[in-house]
Amino acid sequence: MIEAAEAGPPLRRARLRLSAAFWRRPWLKLTLLLALPAVAFLLVYLGSLVALFVSAFWHVDSFTGKVVHAWSWTNFSTLWHDHTYWRIAFRTLWMAAAVTLTDAVLAFPLAFFMARVAPRRMRALLFVLVLLPLWSSYLVRIYSWRLILAKDGALNWALNGLGLPDAGLAYTNTAMWIVFSYVWLPFMVLPVYAALERIPESYLEASQDLGARAWRTLRTVILPLALPGLVAGSIFTFSLTLGDFITPALVGGAGSSFIGNIVETKIGQPDIPFAAAFATVPVLVMAAYLVIAKRLGAFEAL
Amino acid sequence: MSKRHRRVLGWSATALLVGALAFTAAGCGSSKKSSSGNGSNLPTSIGKGEGALNLIEWPFYSDPSFAKTFERESGCKIHRKDAGSSNQMVALMRAGGGGGGGQWDLVSASGDASLRLIKGGDVKAVNVDLVPSWKQFIPIFKSPAHNTVDGVHYGVSVQWGPNVLLYNNQKVKPGPTNWNALYDPKYKGQITIPNNPIQIADAAFYLEHSKPSLGITDPYELNKAQFDATIALLKQQRHLVKLYWNYDTDGRAAFANGDVSLGAIWPVDTLALQAKKVPVTEVIPKEGATGWADTWMLAKRAPHPNCAYAWMKYVTQPQVEAKQALVFGETPVNPKACPYMDKIQAGSCAKYHLNEPLAYYNTIKFWKTPIADCGNGKSDCMDYNAWQNAWTQITG
Repeated sequence: MIEAAEAGPPLRRARLRLSAAFWRRPWLKLTLLLALPAVAFLLVYLGSLVALFVSAFWHVDSFTGKVVHAWSWTNFSTLWHDHTYWRIAFRTLWMAAAVTLTDAVLAFPLAFFMARVAPRRMRALLFVLVLLPLWSSYLVRIYSWRLILAKDGALNWALNGLGLPDAGLAYTNTAMWIVFSYVWLPFMVLPVYAALERIPESYLEASQDLGARAWRTLRTVILPLALPGLVAGSIFTFSLTLGDFITPALVGGAGSSFIGNIVETKIGQPDIPFAAAFATVPVLVMAAYLVIAKRLGAFEAL
Repeated sequence: MSKRHRRVLGWSATALLVGALAFTAAGCGSSKKSSSGNGSNLPTSIGKGEGALNLIEWPFYSDPSFAKTFERESGCKIHRKDAGSSNQMVALMRAGGGGGGGQWDLVSASGDASLRLIKGGDVKAVNVDLVPSWKQFIPIFKSPAHNTVDGVHYGVSVQWGPNVLLYNNQKVKPGPTNWNALYDPKYKGQITIPNNPIQIADAAFYLEHSKPSLGITDPYELNKAQFDATIALLKQQRHLVKLYWNYDTDGRAAFANGDVSLGAIWPVDTLALQAKKVPVTEVIPKEGATGWADTWMLAKRAPHPNCAYAWMKYVTQPQVEAKQALVFGETPVNPKACPYMDKIQAGSCAKYHLNEPLAYYNTIKFWKTPIADCGNGKSDCMDYNAWQNAWTQITG
């Protein structure tokens, strides 16, 4: 304002005219404001997806290792006919489902306690505790789990101290399941908490007044209202597990490869077209998952 | 405009955009032309440095303890990118249109990557006359099959190391003396193996000695029958393996934490574990072992070729070779480094086998990228693509 006043009346008039023009045509302002982010979004986000889909139909010349830019189904046919890739895809999906279920079971009571039982100060403390692991690097947490689960690690030390035998979890799929469930838990707790917190107290009172016991209230009132939160959380846990390759590489043993590990290997080979073809599998799975999640109202709880 | 109309319009706009992007992507891709390198147009002298040198390297391959002097003397400031695997090196060299993308000058490629880079036209011929120490190299490292094709050098050898059999001497008694320990069901769940398709050669090398009827003479040149027998052996081994390590530090950790008690790993890991008082013993069985040998290769589109030549000249000198060998835990290709190694660390020249006779070197089968051309006039060998796919089937 001050600069405008100093610059004199002509400039001030131009500015007024401009703001009037924007006021008369609100869509113009909106377009100008959104143009840059929209272009960035389309180029960066959709562009990379398109590049992925397009290159999945190319293939690599086995002698020179160069990409041949000719359309073919070679990669998809290899994926379909080699049962190794089926095994890896199912392992990945199965793990994502197991981790999601585990996190839902663990997160629900915790989130319920935080949202409806804990006093204010304790709630704040619990929030900090849930989020605390996110302050440290994901890698650090995976490495520390490797130390815990190692043969000479903390877990076996504790078990042996109690006179129990070794757990033998190091470098197994069980180890991966534990680590995944741990690292993604906060992503389930938060949306479930948000959903539970939004349930009005009066609903629960009404349920009680109508004679429903605690179990029935939970089953018919709380759970259906918390479902969108659970589904929203499951999108995180499911997709994060589906796309991961670091945990399998670091805590998984022989026979623990995920889709992501194969994609990483193939990119390095380098056989980017095949990597792209395999990478479309999680994209399709997630697309289906999101459609189902939308039906269940997950996006209302985000 | 009705809601439905608007939605149709939105979808068509998206489809149009996706189509346009696809077209552009396809167009960009197909416009690239490739040409292969040849021996002509080699520089005859090293010109003035360009002030910078961009390296793709194994960690510590331009360690400041010896690179500082180079930077000061040549004025070439080193920018380094540490790679974790041979695949990553190839991928970095291929990025940005290949040939190092106009960004990278040199890559310290191991034998399982070097032929891929040569065949893919990502590296170019090097005039070894500009690297005086080259004449001092142990003969087998002057023109090894993994970096010299048809007499054309695509880089200079730098260092090498064997793949050794390592075991925990408290848990495995008596200690194994032969590679068959890694295929012995007695050690189920205690074995670690590198997660690298080139590892197929280790199994082939074992079969070369244990099953002469297969007629394997070179573990990197396997015909279909030999390859299938090797893969069958590896599929049995898979049930004994606790961990396929991706980085040697992972294998090292598994030894340190007691998760594995024997496996294939590198001398640098033996030294690190022994320094941490982990009771491990390293063996190179009398049949020999596979080994890796690294080459500084010149990127086809190197932006700083003079600095690159200056680096190749510098890093192969005996004093520098000795320093690098002891920083990383590997063996120089220049035997004149021996006294310098002993000066830094008494007895280290013998410890790293630099003073061994040629007969010793002949027991080491150095990594090279498998190609269809068997070197015997036939082209029925399994190429690296087949090796990679088989490895995925074994470990995946």
